Amino acid sequence: MKTLTFLARSAPYGSSKAKALLDMVLSAAVFEQKIQYIFLDDGVYQLLAGQDPSSLAAKNVSAALPALELYGVDQVFLDLASLQARGLSTDQLLIPVTTCNAADISKMLAASDMVFSL
Amino acid sequence: MIISLVIHGAPGTTQGAQTALTFCRAALAAGHRIYRVFFYEDGVHNANALSVWPQDEQDLNAAWASLVREHELDAVVCVASALKRGVLNADEASRYEKPAASVEPAFDISGLGQWVDACLNSDRVVSFGV
Repeated sequence: MKTLTFLARSAPYGSSKAKALLDMVLSAAVFEQKIQYIFLDDGVYQLLAGQDPSSLAAKNVSAALPALELYGVDQVFLDLASLQARGLSTDQLLIPVTTCNAADISKMLAASDMVFSL
Repeated sequence: MIISLVIHGAPGTTQGAQTALTFCRAALAAGHRIYRVFFYEDGVHNANALSVWPQDEQDLNAAWASLVREHELDAVVCVASALKRGVLNADEASRYEKPAASVEPAFDISGLGQWVDACLNSDRVVSFGV
């Protein structure tokens, strides 16, 4: 088993990056790898509850996030500084996550076999 | 070392596709083994055999096809990304009633499972064009 770390750094809409990374996470989960899914920078917007992209004719990218646990992805982290820098708080989030800081992220990256950032 | 590549960038739009090509050549020249080259999202445009480049630009599509053939690389195009971007083989062109097949035959069309498999079987997986 390998440790794969995914850095979600992009907003959920405006590009396909959030969906592309989520698809990678779910595929890796099917192969039962150890996964660390870290939301930071604009990626924290992916975690917001109550997203309604219907006016964009886009699907709700985050609708699959509550299913992560079913896929065995239980290591989900949020960079608290990124959240605070955007005037958001943890009570606005769609799923339970573990808050972390830059030093924690450094340690997780150092302990990873592979890292993917989108 | 066993290396795989994930290419996210379209040729001619982002530098990543050309950098990946150069990296791949350099890794092979240094004696490393390329386990797989996986083309994801806009990266699938690198596998479009119908691209026509201006004469005074490097034809990256041809360069990739030639590298893949010369070294018999396992070059895989993500099927979900490819279908959406019109990179089709003959079977899919027929199934979806489209007027032409477009994928360079040196590339295989498959799923993200091939990317996970590359992670499991490589010492390094390097992303380009993110």
